[in-house]
Amino acid sequence: MTPSSSSALELHDVSHAYDKVKAVEHVSLHVNEGEVICLLGPSGCGKSTILRLAAGLETLQQGRVIMQGQTIADGGARLSVPPEQRGVGLVFQDFALFPHLTVARNIGFGLTELDAGRREKRIAAVLDQVDMIEYAGAFPHALSGGQQQRIALARALAPQPAVLLLDEPFSGLDARLREQIRDETLHVLKRSRTATLMVTHDPDEAMFMADRIYLMEAGRIVQSGSPDALYHRPVSPFVTRFFSNTNELTGRVSGGMLATPFGALPAAGLGDGTDVQVLIRPESLQWVSAGSGSLPTASGRVEEVRFLGGSKLLVVRVEGATGEGMLFHVRHSGRHLPEAGSRILLQLDPADALIFPSRREEGRKDLAAAR
Amino acid sequence: MVSIDTAADATGRLSPTKMRRPRLWTIVTWAIALAVAFPILAVFSSIFAARGDIWRHLAETVLSSYVANSLLLVGGVGIGVLLMGVPAAWMVTLCRFPGRKVFDWALLLPMAMPAYVIAYTYTGLLDYAGPAQSALRDFLGMEGGLRWIPDIRSLPGAVVMLVLVLYPYVYLLARAAFLEQSACVLEVSRTLGCSPWRGFFRVALPLARPALVAGVALALMEALNDFGTVQYFGVDTLATGIYRVWRGMGDATAGSQLAALLLSIVFVFLALERWSRGRRSFAHTTTRYRPLPRYRLTGIRAVGAIAGCAVPVTFGFLLPASVLLYWAITNLDAWAGEKFLFLVRNSFFMAGFAAVLAVCLASVLAYAMRLHPTRPTQWAVRVASLGYAIPGPVLAIGILLPFAAIDHGINAWAKATFGITFGLVLSGTLVAVTFAYLVRFLTVSLNVVETSLGKVTRSMDFAARSLGRSPFGTLTDVHLPIMRGSLLTAAIVVFVDVLKELPATLVLRPFNFDTLATMTYNLASDERLAEAAGPAIAIVAVGIIPVYLMARASAKARPGHDAPAIETFTR
Repeated sequence: MTPSSSSALELHDVSHAYDKVKAVEHVSLHVNEGEVICLLGPSGCGKSTILRLAAGLETLQQGRVIMQGQTIADGGARLSVPPEQRGVGLVFQDFALFPHLTVARNIGFGLTELDAGRREKRIAAVLDQVDMIEYAGAFPHALSGGQQQRIALARALAPQPAVLLLDEPFSGLDARLREQIRDETLHVLKRSRTATLMVTHDPDEAMFMADRIYLMEAGRIVQSGSPDALYHRPVSPFVTRFFSNTNELTGRVSGGMLATPFGALPAAGLGDGTDVQVLIRPESLQWVSAGSGSLPTASGRVEEVRFLGGSKLLVVRVEGATGEGMLFHVRHSGRHLPEAGSRILLQLDPADALIFPSRREEGRKDLAAAR
Repeated sequence: MVSIDTAADATGRLSPTKMRRPRLWTIVTWAIALAVAFPILAVFSSIFAARGDIWRHLAETVLSSYVANSLLLVGGVGIGVLLMGVPAAWMVTLCRFPGRKVFDWALLLPMAMPAYVIAYTYTGLLDYAGPAQSALRDFLGMEGGLRWIPDIRSLPGAVVMLVLVLYPYVYLLARAAFLEQSACVLEVSRTLGCSPWRGFFRVALPLARPALVAGVALALMEALNDFGTVQYFGVDTLATGIYRVWRGMGDATAGSQLAALLLSIVFVFLALERWSRGRRSFAHTTTRYRPLPRYRLTGIRAVGAIAGCAVPVTFGFLLPASVLLYWAITNLDAWAGEKFLFLVRNSFFMAGFAAVLAVCLASVLAYAMRLHPTRPTQWAVRVASLGYAIPGPVLAIGILLPFAAIDHGINAWAKATFGITFGLVLSGTLVAVTFAYLVRFLTVSLNVVETSLGKVTRSMDFAARSLGRSPFGTLTDVHLPIMRGSLLTAAIVVFVDVLKELPATLVLRPFNFDTLATMTYNLASDERLAEAAGPAIAIVAVGIIPVYLMARASAKARPGHDAPAIETFTR
């Protein structure tokens, strides 16, 4: 997707270094009006730096930041509009509520341009939005973590910012609460139609919240698109592994096909003799009583059965042509379970086998490109 | 609602001044650091001066007794504060007995007593003509002196006086250390076969050791700083020796060299204190905190605990304070009057001025550390917080000698050039004494301001900026309201410390400028104890304020979370 004319926030070819350590390299991204965008990546990948550059908390070194069509930071022109003039809302991991102000005055903090009456009205409106109206007079220290998070969100939304920036907004909450607050937050964001850029390291959170995800690795964006696209059509093993555990095989393409314990799988677009790795997610393997005929299957012995609540994890040893065979993790959601030690049949949709050139092949390709 | 107008361009562009700002911070912090280091450097530079006959004379005669007395004093006070502070801290934190809650804060009260005040009070109480000996003589029906009563005006007497007012340092840090300890650790020791007693000696006490070392080191630095008590008791230590050599024998160089020696000893304790504080953070292996279960004491044990806590409070505060109050009331006409009001005005003016300045400088340093935390800034702040370790007499000689030299230089130059003189601009005015207060008490205010600034998190700054506040607006709308209380606390603590300060004030004050402290000391030295009671009780009364603040802070501090907040008061 390309930036539409209604982009709330655009970053163009932004690079940033702390001292001499490169944190962000040639990153371009955009957030359209009403969109919730997640910047996803492992810690230290530079995603928080992008947020800080967008907010103006860090002076831009290279590239451009454009907000609603206006350039607010330009590394080349040494332009950097200070954060207070950008009209961005920020929500932090530690919530950063002002301890000396009540909930109502925390929310009113950014509403200096309104007269007293309209300010009160706006405060009441946002408090109502996050369902905290009865806490208007409370001080932050009297609130629970979840309540503080809601107030932090309300405070950032109160001045109706052009873009809302969320920095790991749920990681300060415990697991059960996190899911609930995440859900509430998404509703508030969608209802207020605020363009949102959220930073997170949690792939489940990103897939749940985001209209689009930018996945980062070591300062660069490696893939962007809808959660569905990133999950089902990952461009690299890194992207695949980031979203779940995988079963991994290696092999060599021969005659456009790849030999696996599930029989020969088509290796589209990969030349004969290419070394490849195959990544298969645990839920892509189905435990079936009999093969449907059209899909490849493999039989194996169940070694372990583990409960994960709603779904179960089966560890299955599939004997290949050689030696001991290999272990596959299979995610199974039925109530009925196989006995440990029994033999079962596993089925694989070839579309779910994600095939990539092996790292050695990538190196060879780079070498060829360099020539 | 984005408001990006042309003004944004003007303010948004990185102006050259903005790029230069970090260097300004570095320069300012180093200016403050050098000012603090100035007396230290002045004193140490004397080492390189030629050693005159007086020094050789000193070495042959009194130097060894100065050093020996100082070391005996330090040794005695060290043992005394441990014996008095640790059991008291242990009893109020780990036991339950009647009166525990009162003792918890009452044990801090002796901090309000300057050592020289308690010294002269006990002298008045215990000497030949005093009420104690008179009563004893009447009781025994004896005439003449009771030779078997030891003279309080002696080295052991000085040790007792200093222990009575300095044990709270050990008490405070030991108390905080015991409170920080999680029950989990002690419970593990129980499951591993330790009785409560063995648990205390094998787990609680070793865990608290770094805190105890820090507390003792602080008390010993104060003991070496003491001038009033030992001078009044006629005990020659390094602190009084500096005076005697400098003022009495008129050898400023030898005096400075003695000061350098004293300062070196103090720095050893300072290093010890820093080192043990650093170790404290490693002492806690668990992040889980549960309050310690208190052992209920009954019967003879409860009586023992009450006695153990009551002795320091009674002899360190209640008794001397009552005696002073009694003297002050019965001799009202001897001190109450215009002269007294004048003293109060002088003292409050000096203390208030120094307190405001100290808080301002501390704020500058704290913000420099926050906004521009580079190596040079960090080093500058570290140097600037050395001042509290400099003993008053050292400070006095380290400031007066260079200031006098500068004054003479200026006057000589002015006389040669314009034929006029300015008089003693630096050394003979309040400049010198104010400077001394700032050097010595900047650390106190810096600790309080830094702790309080730490409560304003970075993300609060960013939140305020993103909600439309300029940096200045963030300062006035977020920082100031949050820090106001702490800034006031910092000012009060410095104010009271200045009010109690004796040795530097005594030397550096302008001619005929008296404060409550100097007047107390002078009157007591002239054996006019009744007249001295007025200003003395005034100092003690004001001294109770920070003790109250400390008690309140420690009551509010949640152990396991921010229990060490109280340390900000202990230098």
